[in-house]
Amino acid sequence: MSAKGANDKGRIETVEEHPLDHILRQDRLPHIWCPGCGLGSAMTCYAQAIERVDIPLKKQVLLSGIGCTGRIAGYVKVDSYHTTHGRAIPFATGLKIANPELCVTVFSGDGDLFAIGGNHFLHAARRNIDINVICVNNFNYGMTGGQQGPTTPVEARTTTTRYGNFEHPLNLPHLAAALGAVYVSRWTTLHCRHLEKSMEKALQKRGFTFIEIICPCPVGFGRPNKLGEGLEELRYYREKSVIKNDASWDEMVLHMRGEEPIVVGDFVDTERPTYLDLEEQMLRAKGLIK
Amino acid sequence: MKYWRRPLDKDKIKTPKGHIYIIPDRCKGCGFCIEFCPKGVLEESDEINRKGYHLPKIADGKEDDCMNCNFCMLICPELAIYTEEGE
Ligand SMILES: Cc1ncc(C[n+]2csc(CCOP(=O)(O)OP(=O)(O)O)c2C)c(N)n1
Ligand code: SF4
Ligand code: SF4
Ligand code: SF4
Ligand SMILES: [Mg+2]
Repeated sequence: MSAKGANDKGRIETVEEHPLDHILRQDRLPHIWCPGCGLGSAMTCYAQAIERVDIPLKKQVLLSGIGCTGRIAGYVKVDSYHTTHGRAIPFATGLKIANPELCVTVFSGDGDLFAIGGNHFLHAARRNIDINVICVNNFNYGMTGGQQGPTTPVEARTTTTRYGNFEHPLNLPHLAAALGAVYVSRWTTLHCRHLEKSMEKALQKRGFTFIEIICPCPVGFGRPNKLGEGLEELRYYREKSVIKNDASWDEMVLHMRGEEPIVVGDFVDTERPTYLDLEEQMLRAKGLIK
Repeated sequence: MKYWRRPLDKDKIKTPKGHIYIIPDRCKGCGFCIEFCPKGVLEESDEINRKGYHLPKIADGKEDDCMNCNFCMLICPELAIYTEEGE
């Protein structure tokens, strides 16, 4: 490592490589995300988690749909699929059924997973397909210019809700829990350590897991909603976040304004037979497999 | 630090120390590492990188305060800063 900068007072020692560089595709970096966007923090937590868990990188697969969040599959150096808009979950389901040895994770945005792709989420969770879904919720369609989406809070301003949003948003952990997800958690990108641990947990857990990451998108959501730049939005998270693992479904609703808290935590951690467990059990009972 | 009762292993247990590293041209000056370091080790410097962003530096008098908690590494969106165990 070169140490050219260490003599000036307070100057941090300069190097050329980062300890997680080997997990990322260096030929694709730097990433395209805006300054102050939280997606880079979310990706770093994921890179750290897949390196820490006891699952060989060769057995891990990462899928995304389309959007700013969707770029993640292109940056992480495991087998990955950057699928069509909204369709990462069906690809993931196919992969897991065809090769149950794989640890399959979908990392995508709120619009991709819950607007165009909402139906797939419903059925993968219901079937308890053993995959992990990580949703970066920035409350808008970041990539296409900050339009309103299915998680945009009531009253929030986006480019398509100029007078404020009149629609009720989805409450993602509530939805995932109601569909039978075996692990459900929510953190903001300020809760790096909790988030990284939750990712480790989800990767190792059998069954359908869901993590929601509340993330600053200063361009599409922060500025129009007076949350400011990325740093100011993280300060807002620090002020308003409450860790409450036993939160009620009502408490999980996000308002992202005024004095309303941002309730985060590990909301669900349970067991339920997976799709493949049930298949095996039933076919065995009928004597169709040994 | 004053102890009510001196822990038996006081001589053996040391607060971890960290050494900070930066890859200057990756930084986008978001300030996350500076604002959220639990020990207040970092501050904005006058130094500008190739992209035109102000790099973080170690604040005056904080040279020995990094405890290698790794938080700056996890929160940095650009994989620009990290720490290793120091002396
Ligand atoms: C079939 C199809 N419809 C629409 C689009 C345009 N489009 C690209 S990304 C996107 C929304 C992304 O929103 P989200 O998933 O929240 O990701 P973000 O950019 O906020 O991370 C849309 C509508 C597309 N690429 N393909
Ligand atoms: S538009 Fe929003 S989500 Fe996309 S990179 Fe910029 S800040 Fe991030
Ligand atoms: S490792 Fe922790 S204490 Fe050291 S600079 Fe980073 S955030 Fe601060
Ligand atoms: S968190 Fe990273 S990009 Fe942001 S100021 Fe610190 S080193 Fe620079
Ligand atoms: Mg989005």
